[in-house]
Amino acid sequence: MAIWDFANPTRFVRLVDRTLPWLVTACVIAFGIGLYKSFFMAPEDYQQGDTVRIMFIHVPAAWLAMMCYSVMALSSLGTLVWKHPLADVSAKAAAPLGAAFTFISLITGSLWGKPMWGTYWVWDARLTSVLVLFIMYLGLMALWRTMEDPIKAGKAAAVLTLVGALNLPIIKFSVDWWNTLHQPASVIRMDGPTIHPDILVPLLVMALAFTLLFFTLHLMAMRNEVMRRRVRAMRLKAAAGPRAASATAAPQPAE
Amino acid sequence: MTGWMGSLFRRELRLAVRVGGSGLVGVLFFLAVVTVIPFGVGPDLNLLARIGPAVLWIGALLATLLGLDRLFQADRDDGALDLILMSGRPTELVVLVKCAAHWVATGLPLVIAAPVLAIFLNLEPVAIGAVTITLLVGTPALTLIGAIGASLTVTLRRGGLLLAVLVIPLAIPVLIFGVSAADAAVNDPVPFLTPFSILCALTLISAVVGPFASAAALRFSSD
Repeated sequence: MAIWDFANPTRFVRLVDRTLPWLVTACVIAFGIGLYKSFFMAPEDYQQGDTVRIMFIHVPAAWLAMMCYSVMALSSLGTLVWKHPLADVSAKAAAPLGAAFTFISLITGSLWGKPMWGTYWVWDARLTSVLVLFIMYLGLMALWRTMEDPIKAGKAAAVLTLVGALNLPIIKFSVDWWNTLHQPASVIRMDGPTIHPDILVPLLVMALAFTLLFFTLHLMAMRNEVMRRRVRAMRLKAAAGPRAASATAAPQPAE
Repeated sequence: MTGWMGSLFRRELRLAVRVGGSGLVGVLFFLAVVTVIPFGVGPDLNLLARIGPAVLWIGALLATLLGLDRLFQADRDDGALDLILMSGRPTELVVLVKCAAHWVATGLPLVIAAPVLAIFLNLEPVAIGAVTITLLVGTPALTLIGAIGASLTVTLRRGGLLLAVLVIPLAIPVLIFGVSAADAAVNDPVPFLTPFSILCALTLISAVVGPFASAAALRFSSD
Protein backbone atom coordinates (compact mmCIF):
# COMPACT_ATOMS: atom_id res chain seq x y z
CA MET A 1 0.00 0.00 0.00
CA ALA A 2 1.31 3.42 -0.95
CA ILE A 3 0.50 4.91 2.41
CA TRP A 4 3.00 2.60 4.06
CA ASP A 5 5.80 4.26 2.13
CA PHE A 6 5.33 7.23 4.40
CA ALA A 7 5.42 5.24 7.60
CA ASN A 8 9.02 6.34 7.77
CA PRO A 9 8.90 9.82 9.34
CA THR A 10 12.06 10.97 7.58
CA ARG A 11 10.64 10.15 4.18
CA PHE A 12 7.38 11.82 5.18
CA VAL A 13 9.14 15.00 6.28
CA ARG A 14 11.08 15.06 3.01
CA LEU A 15 7.85 14.73 1.05
CA VAL A 16 6.24 17.51 3.08
CA ASP A 17 9.21 19.76 2.43
CA ARG A 18 8.87 19.13 -1.28
CA THR A 19 5.08 19.57 -1.57
CA LEU A 20 4.58 22.41 0.87
CA PRO A 21 5.71 25.29 -1.42
CA TRP A 22 3.27 24.10 -4.11
CA LEU A 23 0.45 23.81 -1.62
CA VAL A 24 1.14 27.25 -0.18
CA THR A 25 1.19 28.77 -3.66
CA ALA A 26 -2.06 27.08 -4.66
CA CYS A 27 -3.63 28.14 -1.36
CA VAL A 28 -2.61 31.80 -1.79
CA ILE A 29 -3.87 31.86 -5.39
CA ALA A 30 -7.18 30.25 -4.43
CA PHE A 31 -7.62 32.72 -1.58
CA GLY A 32 -6.78 35.61 -3.89
CA ILE A 33 -9.36 34.58 -6.47
CA GLY A 34 -11.92 33.57 -3.86
CA LEU A 35 -11.65 36.74 -1.78
CA TYR A 36 -11.69 38.97 -4.87
CA LYS A 37 -14.71 37.18 -6.27
CA SER A 38 -16.59 37.14 -3.00
CA PHE A 39 -15.92 40.75 -2.05
CA PHE A 40 -16.02 42.49 -5.43
CA MET A 41 -17.78 40.28 -7.96
CA ALA A 42 -20.52 38.59 -5.98
CA PRO A 43 -23.72 40.67 -5.90
CA GLU A 44 -25.27 41.91 -2.71
CA ASP A 45 -28.21 39.98 -1.46
CA TYR A 46 -31.46 41.82 -2.05
CA GLN A 47 -32.43 41.25 1.56
CA GLN A 48 -29.21 40.93 3.48
CA GLY A 49 -27.07 43.50 1.68
CA ASP A 50 -23.35 43.25 2.20
CA THR A 51 -23.61 41.01 5.24
CA VAL A 52 -24.21 38.07 2.94
CA ARG A 53 -20.49 38.14 2.23
CA ILE A 54 -19.86 36.66 5.69
CA MET A 55 -21.19 33.48 4.14
CA PHE A 56 -18.04 33.10 2.04
CA ILE A 57 -16.03 32.68 5.22
CA HIS A 58 -18.69 31.10 7.38
CA VAL A 59 -19.86 28.24 5.19
CA PRO A 60 -16.42 26.93 4.14
CA ALA A 61 -15.27 27.12 7.76
CA ALA A 62 -18.24 25.06 8.84
CA TRP A 63 -17.60 22.50 6.09
CA LEU A 64 -13.97 22.28 7.11
CA ALA A 65 -14.95 21.86 10.75
CA MET A 66 -16.77 18.69 9.80
CA MET A 67 -14.18 17.47 7.32
CA CYS A 68 -11.53 17.87 9.97
CA TYR A 69 -13.37 15.50 12.26
CA SER A 70 -13.61 13.00 9.41
CA VAL A 71 -9.85 13.25 8.91
CA MET A 72 -9.37 12.65 12.63
CA ALA A 73 -11.73 9.68 12.62
CA LEU A 74 -9.91 8.12 9.66
CA SER A 75 -6.57 8.75 11.35
CA SER A 76 -7.88 7.15 14.53
CA LEU A 77 -8.84 4.06 12.54
CA GLY A 78 -5.29 4.15 11.19
CA THR A 79 -3.95 4.28 14.75
CA LEU A 80 -6.08 1.50 16.18
CA VAL A 81 -6.49 -0.86 13.24
CA TRP A 82 -3.40 -0.50 11.08
CA LYS A 83 -1.12 0.99 13.73
CA HIS A 84 0.27 3.41 11.19
CA PRO A 85 2.98 5.39 13.00
CA LEU A 86 1.93 8.71 11.49
CA ALA A 87 -1.81 8.25 12.02
CA ASP A 88 -1.86 9.59 15.58
CA VAL A 89 0.42 12.42 14.50
CA SER A 90 -2.16 13.28 11.86
CA ALA A 91 -5.06 13.09 14.32
CA LYS A 92 -3.22 15.19 16.87
CA ALA A 93 -2.31 17.82 14.28
CA ALA A 94 -5.88 17.98 12.99
CA ALA A 95 -7.56 18.62 16.36
CA PRO A 96 -6.49 22.25 16.90
CA LEU A 97 -7.20 23.02 13.24
CA GLY A 98 -10.68 21.57 13.56
CA ALA A 99 -11.25 23.56 16.74
CA ALA A 100 -10.06 26.72 14.97
CA PHE A 101 -12.35 26.20 11.97
CA THR A 102 -15.27 25.44 14.27
CA PHE A 103 -14.50 28.57 16.24
CA ILE A 104 -14.34 30.66 13.06
CA SER A 105 -17.67 29.33 11.89
CA LEU A 106 -19.23 30.00 15.31
CA ILE A 107 -17.86 33.55 15.49
CA THR A 108 -18.74 34.51 11.90
CA GLY A 109 -22.11 32.86 12.35
CA SER A 110 -22.94 34.91 15.41
CA LEU A 111 -21.66 38.10 13.74
CA TRP A 112 -23.91 37.29 10.82
CA GLY A 113 -26.77 36.44 13.14
CA LYS A 114 -26.75 39.82 14.89
CA PRO A 115 -27.93 41.88 11.88
CA MET A 116 -30.05 39.06 10.43
CA TRP A 117 -31.82 37.53 13.40
CA GLY A 118 -31.23 40.38 15.85
CA THR A 119 -29.23 38.20 18.23
CA TYR A 120 -25.76 36.79 18.45
CA TRP A 121 -26.88 33.38 19.51
CA VAL A 122 -29.98 31.23 19.23
CA TRP A 123 -30.27 27.67 20.43
CA ASP A 124 -30.90 26.54 16.93
CA ALA A 125 -30.27 22.86 16.22
CA ARG A 126 -27.42 23.51 13.82
CA LEU A 127 -25.67 26.04 16.04
CA THR A 128 -25.99 23.81 19.03
CA SER A 129 -24.51 20.78 17.34
CA VAL A 130 -21.57 22.84 16.09
CA LEU A 131 -21.05 24.08 19.64
CA VAL A 132 -21.03 20.47 20.86
CA LEU A 133 -18.50 19.65 18.14
CA PHE A 134 -16.35 22.52 19.41
CA ILE A 135 -16.49 21.17 22.96
CA MET A 136 -15.49 17.74 21.70
CA TYR A 137 -12.49 19.17 19.87
CA LEU A 138 -11.38 20.99 23.00
CA GLY A 139 -11.90 17.86 25.11
CA LEU A 140 -9.74 15.84 22.73
CA MET A 141 -7.02 18.46 22.85
CA ALA A 142 -7.19 18.46 26.64
CA LEU A 143 -6.88 14.67 26.67
CA TRP A 144 -3.78 14.89 24.50
CA ARG A 145 -2.22 17.47 26.76
CA THR A 146 -2.74 15.51 29.96
CA MET A 147 -0.87 12.39 28.90
CA GLU A 148 2.89 12.44 28.76
CA ASP A 149 3.51 9.45 26.52
CA PRO A 150 2.49 10.46 22.97
CA ILE A 151 1.77 6.87 21.91
CA LYS A 152 -0.61 6.22 24.81
CA ALA A 153 -2.22 9.62 24.42
CA GLY A 154 -2.71 8.91 20.73
CA LYS A 155 -4.46 5.61 21.42
CA ALA A 156 -6.70 7.08 24.11
CA ALA A 157 -7.63 9.99 21.88
CA ALA A 158 -8.28 7.60 19.00
CA VAL A 159 -10.81 5.67 21.08
CA LEU A 160 -12.53 8.90 22.07
CA THR A 161 -12.48 10.22 18.50
CA LEU A 162 -14.16 7.08 17.18
CA VAL A 163 -16.77 7.11 19.94
CA GLY A 164 -17.37 10.74 19.07
CA ALA A 165 -17.69 9.86 15.39
CA LEU A 166 -20.38 7.34 16.31
CA ASN A 167 -22.02 9.85 18.59
CA LEU A 168 -22.00 12.93 16.39
CA PRO A 169 -24.89 11.76 14.17
CA ILE A 170 -26.85 10.81 17.29
CA ILE A 171 -26.15 14.22 18.81
CA LYS A 172 -27.18 15.92 15.58
CA PHE A 173 -30.38 13.90 15.43
CA SER A 174 -31.26 14.48 19.06
CA VAL A 175 -30.53 18.19 18.91
CA ASP A 176 -32.77 18.44 15.84
CA TRP A 177 -35.49 16.67 17.78
CA TRP A 178 -34.96 18.85 20.83
CA ASN A 179 -35.13 22.07 18.91
CA THR A 180 -38.13 21.25 16.74
CA LEU A 181 -39.92 20.23 19.90
CA HIS A 182 -39.31 23.50 21.70
CA GLN A 183 -39.07 26.37 19.28
CA PRO A 184 -39.95 25.45 15.72
CA ALA A 185 -40.32 29.12 14.79
CA SER A 186 -36.61 29.87 14.82
CA VAL A 187 -35.42 27.05 12.61
CA ILE A 188 -33.38 28.76 9.97
CA ARG A 189 -33.53 27.44 6.47
CA MET A 190 -32.14 28.46 3.13
CA ASP A 191 -35.47 29.28 1.60
CA GLY A 192 -36.05 30.42 -1.91
CA PRO A 193 -34.44 29.21 -5.12
CA THR A 194 -31.15 27.38 -5.28
CA ILE A 195 -28.08 29.53 -4.97
CA HIS A 196 -27.34 31.71 -7.97
CA PRO A 197 -24.06 30.91 -9.80
CA ASP A 198 -22.74 34.41 -9.03
CA ILE A 199 -22.70 33.45 -5.38
CA LEU A 200 -22.10 29.74 -5.77
CA VAL A 201 -18.83 30.08 -7.73
CA PRO A 202 -17.06 32.30 -5.17
CA LEU A 203 -18.35 30.04 -2.43
CA LEU A 204 -16.87 26.97 -4.08
CA VAL A 205 -13.59 28.76 -4.74
CA MET A 206 -13.46 29.78 -1.08
CA ALA A 207 -14.23 26.21 -0.05
CA LEU A 208 -11.31 25.03 -2.20
CA ALA A 209 -9.09 27.70 -0.66
CA PHE A 210 -10.08 26.66 2.86
CA THR A 211 -9.44 23.02 2.04
CA LEU A 212 -5.99 23.86 0.70
CA LEU A 213 -5.35 25.95 3.79
CA PHE A 214 -6.33 23.01 5.95
CA PHE A 215 -4.00 20.61 4.17
CA THR A 216 -1.15 23.12 4.25
CA LEU A 217 -1.53 23.71 7.97
CA HIS A 218 -2.14 20.03 8.63
CA LEU A 219 1.06 18.96 6.89
CA MET A 220 3.01 21.70 8.66
CA ALA A 221 1.57 20.69 12.02
CA MET A 222 2.35 17.04 11.33
CA ARG A 223 5.92 17.93 10.46
CA ASN A 224 6.19 19.96 13.66
CA GLU A 225 4.82 17.07 15.66
CA VAL A 226 7.35 14.67 14.14
CA MET A 227 10.10 17.13 15.04
CA ARG A 228 8.68 17.60 18.53
CA ARG A 229 8.77 13.87 19.12
CA ARG A 230 12.34 13.70 17.91
CA VAL A 231 13.28 16.47 20.32
CA ARG A 232 11.51 14.61 23.08
CA ALA A 233 13.34 11.38 22.26
CA MET A 234 16.66 13.23 22.16
CA ARG A 235 15.95 14.90 25.50
CA LEU A 236 15.09 11.56 27.07
CA LYS A 237 18.28 10.11 25.69
CA ALA A 238 20.29 13.10 26.90
CA ALA A 239 18.74 12.93 30.34
CA ALA A 240 19.43 9.21 30.57
CA GLY A 241 22.88 9.61 28.98
CA PRO A 242 25.14 10.87 31.80
CA ARG A 243 23.52 8.58 34.33
CA ALA A 244 23.87 5.57 32.06
CA ALA A 245 27.47 6.56 31.44
CA SER A 246 28.20 6.97 35.14
CA ALA A 247 26.44 3.70 35.90
CA THR A 248 28.75 1.88 33.56
CA ALA A 249 31.72 3.93 34.70
CA ALA A 250 31.13 3.51 38.42
CA PRO A 251 32.04 -0.18 38.77
CA GLN A 252 35.32 0.33 37.00
CA PRO A 253 37.25 2.04 39.83
CA ALA A 254 36.07 -0.69 42.20
CA GLU A 255 37.78 -3.31 40.17
CA MET B 1 -25.05 -15.40 35.66
CA THR B 2 -21.75 -17.24 35.39
CA GLY B 3 -19.71 -17.65 38.51
CA TRP B 4 -16.97 -15.15 37.91
CA MET B 5 -19.38 -12.47 36.78
CA GLY B 6 -21.50 -12.97 39.87
CA SER B 7 -18.55 -12.77 42.19
CA LEU B 8 -17.15 -9.72 40.43
CA PHE B 9 -20.56 -8.07 40.69
CA ARG B 10 -20.81 -8.84 44.40
CA ARG B 11 -17.25 -7.64 45.02
CA GLU B 12 -17.90 -4.32 43.27
CA LEU B 13 -21.15 -3.83 45.12
CA ARG B 14 -19.60 -4.58 48.47
CA LEU B 15 -16.73 -2.17 47.82
CA ALA B 16 -19.15 0.54 46.75
CA VAL B 17 -21.43 0.23 49.75
CA ARG B 18 -18.84 -0.11 52.49
CA VAL B 19 -16.51 2.51 53.93
CA GLY B 20 -14.77 4.49 51.19
CA GLY B 21 -17.50 3.82 48.68
CA SER B 22 -19.32 6.81 47.33
CA GLY B 23 -22.74 5.38 46.55
CA LEU B 24 -24.77 7.44 48.98
CA VAL B 25 -22.65 10.57 48.65
CA GLY B 26 -24.01 10.82 45.13
CA VAL B 27 -27.56 10.99 46.47
CA LEU B 28 -26.47 13.65 48.93
CA PHE B 29 -24.98 15.63 46.06
CA PHE B 30 -28.20 15.16 44.10
CA LEU B 31 -30.12 16.60 47.05
CA ALA B 32 -27.70 19.52 47.28
CA VAL B 33 -28.07 20.34 43.57
CA VAL B 34 -31.86 20.23 43.74
CA THR B 35 -31.80 22.41 46.87
CA VAL B 36 -29.60 25.00 45.22
CA ILE B 37 -31.80 25.41 42.14
CA PRO B 38 -34.63 27.36 43.88
CA PHE B 39 -32.02 29.77 45.24
CA GLY B 40 -30.92 30.39 41.69
CA VAL B 41 -34.25 30.70 39.90
CA GLY B 42 -36.48 31.83 42.76
CA PRO B 43 -39.07 29.98 44.81
CA ASP B 44 -41.87 30.29 42.25
CA LEU B 45 -43.64 26.92 42.44
CA ASN B 46 -45.12 27.11 38.93
CA LEU B 47 -41.71 27.75 37.41
CA LEU B 48 -40.19 24.95 39.48
CA ALA B 49 -42.90 22.57 38.33
CA ARG B 50 -42.15 23.48 34.74
CA ILE B 51 -38.39 23.02 34.94
CA GLY B 52 -38.55 20.24 37.54
CA PRO B 53 -37.89 17.28 35.22
CA ALA B 54 -34.92 19.10 33.70
CA VAL B 55 -33.54 19.94 37.14
CA LEU B 56 -33.81 16.34 38.27
CA TRP B 57 -32.16 15.09 35.09
CA ILE B 58 -29.29 17.57 35.29
CA GLY B 59 -28.84 16.77 38.96
CA ALA B 60 -28.70 13.05 38.16
CA LEU B 61 -26.23 13.69 35.33
CA LEU B 62 -23.93 15.71 37.59
CA ALA B 63 -24.17 13.18 40.42
CA THR B 64 -23.33 10.37 37.99
CA LEU B 65 -20.36 12.29 36.61
CA LEU B 66 -19.09 12.91 40.10
CA GLY B 67 -19.04 9.23 40.98
CA LEU B 68 -17.56 7.98 37.73
CA ASP B 69 -13.90 8.33 38.63
CA ARG B 70 -14.45 5.64 41.28
CA LEU B 71 -15.28 3.15 38.55
CA PHE B 72 -11.70 2.13 37.75
CA GLN B 73 -9.51 4.47 39.79
CA ALA B 74 -9.52 2.62 43.10
CA ASP B 75 -8.91 -0.71 41.38
CA ARG B 76 -6.00 0.74 39.49
CA ASP B 77 -4.48 2.25 42.62
CA ASP B 78 -4.32 -1.07 44.46
CA GLY B 79 -3.40 -3.08 41.36
CA ALA B 80 -6.66 -5.02 41.18
CA LEU B 81 -7.40 -3.63 37.73
CA ASP B 82 -4.27 -5.20 36.24
CA LEU B 83 -5.16 -8.55 37.79
CA ILE B 84 -8.69 -8.32 36.41
CA LEU B 85 -7.37 -7.44 32.96
CA MET B 86 -4.88 -10.30 33.05
CA SER B 87 -7.44 -12.82 34.26
CA GLY B 88 -8.21 -13.85 30.70
CA ARG B 89 -11.87 -12.95 30.93
CA PRO B 90 -13.28 -10.78 28.14
CA THR B 91 -12.58 -7.21 29.17
CA GLU B 92 -15.83 -6.01 27.61
CA LEU B 93 -17.86 -8.23 29.94
CA VAL B 94 -15.74 -7.17 32.91
CA VAL B 95 -16.51 -3.54 32.11
CA LEU B 96 -20.19 -4.34 31.67
CA VAL B 97 -20.35 -6.09 35.05
CA LYS B 98 -18.45 -3.29 36.74
CA CYS B 99 -20.81 -0.76 35.19
CA ALA B 100 -23.84 -2.74 36.32
CA ALA B 101 -22.55 -2.90 39.88
CA HIS B 102 -21.59 0.77 39.78
CA TRP B 103 -25.06 1.66 38.57
CA VAL B 104 -26.74 -0.38 41.30
CA ALA B 105 -24.56 1.35 43.89
CA THR B 106 -24.77 4.92 42.60
CA GLY B 107 -27.42 5.20 39.88
CA LEU B 108 -30.24 3.27 41.46
CA PRO B 109 -30.17 5.38 44.67
CA LEU B 110 -30.57 8.45 42.48
CA VAL B 111 -33.62 6.92 40.83
CA ILE B 112 -35.08 6.04 44.21
CA ALA B 113 -34.38 9.53 45.56
CA ALA B 114 -35.89 11.25 42.53
CA PRO B 115 -39.58 10.96 43.59
CA VAL B 116 -38.76 12.43 46.99
CA LEU B 117 -36.84 15.32 45.50
CA ALA B 118 -39.60 15.83 42.93
CA ILE B 119 -41.91 16.88 45.78
CA PHE B 120 -39.57 19.81 46.52
CA LEU B 121 -40.00 20.86 42.90
CA ASN B 122 -43.80 20.78 43.03
CA LEU B 123 -44.15 18.08 40.38
CA GLU B 124 -47.49 16.41 39.76
CA PRO B 125 -47.80 12.67 40.39
CA VAL B 126 -47.77 11.94 36.65
CA ALA B 127 -44.60 13.95 36.19
CA ILE B 128 -42.98 12.27 39.20
CA GLY B 129 -43.70 8.88 37.70
CA ALA B 130 -42.44 9.92 34.28
CA VAL B 131 -39.20 11.38 35.63
CA THR B 132 -38.56 8.33 37.76
CA ILE B 133 -39.12 5.93 34.87
CA THR B 134 -36.98 7.94 32.48
CA LEU B 135 -34.22 8.14 35.08
CA LEU B 136 -34.49 4.40 35.65
CA VAL B 137 -34.00 3.78 31.95
CA GLY B 138 -31.58 6.62 31.28
CA THR B 139 -29.07 6.56 34.15
CA PRO B 140 -27.55 3.21 33.01
CA ALA B 141 -26.74 4.92 29.73
CA LEU B 142 -24.99 7.72 31.64
CA THR B 143 -22.93 5.19 33.58
CA LEU B 144 -22.05 3.20 30.45
CA ILE B 145 -21.06 6.29 28.46
CA GLY B 146 -19.18 7.56 31.48
CA ALA B 147 -17.23 4.31 31.64
CA ILE B 148 -15.53 5.37 28.39
CA GLY B 149 -14.37 8.60 29.98
CA ALA B 150 -13.41 6.84 33.20
CA SER B 151 -11.20 4.34 31.42
CA LEU B 152 -9.60 7.04 29.25
CA THR B 153 -8.66 9.11 32.28
CA VAL B 154 -7.79 6.23 34.59
CA THR B 155 -4.03 6.81 34.29
CA LEU B 156 -4.30 10.48 35.20
CA ARG B 157 -3.78 11.82 38.68
CA ARG B 158 -6.62 14.34 38.65
CA GLY B 159 -8.80 12.96 35.91
CA GLY B 160 -12.18 13.87 37.32
CA LEU B 161 -12.54 17.25 35.70
CA LEU B 162 -11.34 16.07 32.30
CA LEU B 163 -13.66 13.08 32.60
CA ALA B 164 -16.65 15.36 32.99
CA VAL B 165 -15.60 17.46 29.99
CA LEU B 166 -15.18 14.38 27.83
CA VAL B 167 -18.40 12.69 28.89
CA ILE B 168 -20.87 15.60 28.83
CA PRO B 169 -20.99 16.02 25.03
CA LEU B 170 -21.60 12.29 24.63
CA ALA B 171 -24.35 12.38 27.26
CA ILE B 172 -26.33 15.17 25.59
CA PRO B 173 -28.65 12.85 23.60
CA VAL B 174 -29.59 10.92 26.75
CA LEU B 175 -30.37 14.16 28.54
CA ILE B 176 -32.46 15.47 25.64
CA PHE B 177 -34.60 12.38 25.30
CA GLY B 178 -34.87 11.84 29.05
CA VAL B 179 -36.18 15.33 29.64
CA SER B 180 -38.41 15.40 26.58
CA ALA B 181 -39.98 12.06 27.51
CA ALA B 182 -40.68 13.36 31.00
CA ASP B 183 -42.09 16.58 29.54
CA ALA B 184 -44.18 14.70 27.04
CA ALA B 185 -45.88 12.79 29.84
CA VAL B 186 -47.13 16.04 31.41
CA ASN B 187 -48.03 18.31 28.52
CA ASP B 188 -48.50 16.19 25.48
CA PRO B 189 -47.66 17.67 22.12
CA VAL B 190 -45.97 14.34 21.41
CA PRO B 191 -46.81 10.94 22.86
CA PHE B 192 -44.69 9.82 25.79
CA LEU B 193 -43.64 6.60 24.10
CA THR B 194 -41.79 8.16 21.15
CA PRO B 195 -38.96 9.87 23.06
CA PHE B 196 -39.08 7.16 25.70
CA SER B 197 -38.38 4.37 23.24
CA ILE B 198 -35.55 6.41 21.74
CA LEU B 199 -34.17 6.77 25.26
CA CYS B 200 -34.35 2.98 25.66
CA ALA B 201 -32.56 2.63 22.32
CA LEU B 202 -29.82 5.01 23.46
CA THR B 203 -29.32 2.95 26.61
CA LEU B 204 -29.03 -0.22 24.56
CA ILE B 205 -26.59 1.42 22.13
CA SER B 206 -24.44 2.64 24.98
CA ALA B 207 -24.53 -0.84 26.51
CA VAL B 208 -22.72 -1.99 23.36
CA VAL B 209 -20.50 0.99 22.57
CA GLY B 210 -19.56 1.77 26.17
CA PRO B 211 -18.03 -1.58 27.17
CA PHE B 212 -16.21 -2.02 23.85
CA ALA B 213 -14.66 1.44 23.79
CA SER B 214 -13.93 1.35 27.49
CA ALA B 215 -12.28 -2.07 27.24
CA ALA B 216 -10.13 -0.85 24.35
CA ALA B 217 -9.07 2.19 26.34
CA LEU B 218 -8.26 0.09 29.41
CA ARG B 219 -6.14 -2.29 27.35
CA PHE B 220 -4.19 0.58 25.84
CA SER B 221 -3.68 2.26 29.18
CA SER B 222 -2.25 -0.87 30.79
CA ASP B 223 0.37 -1.96 28.26
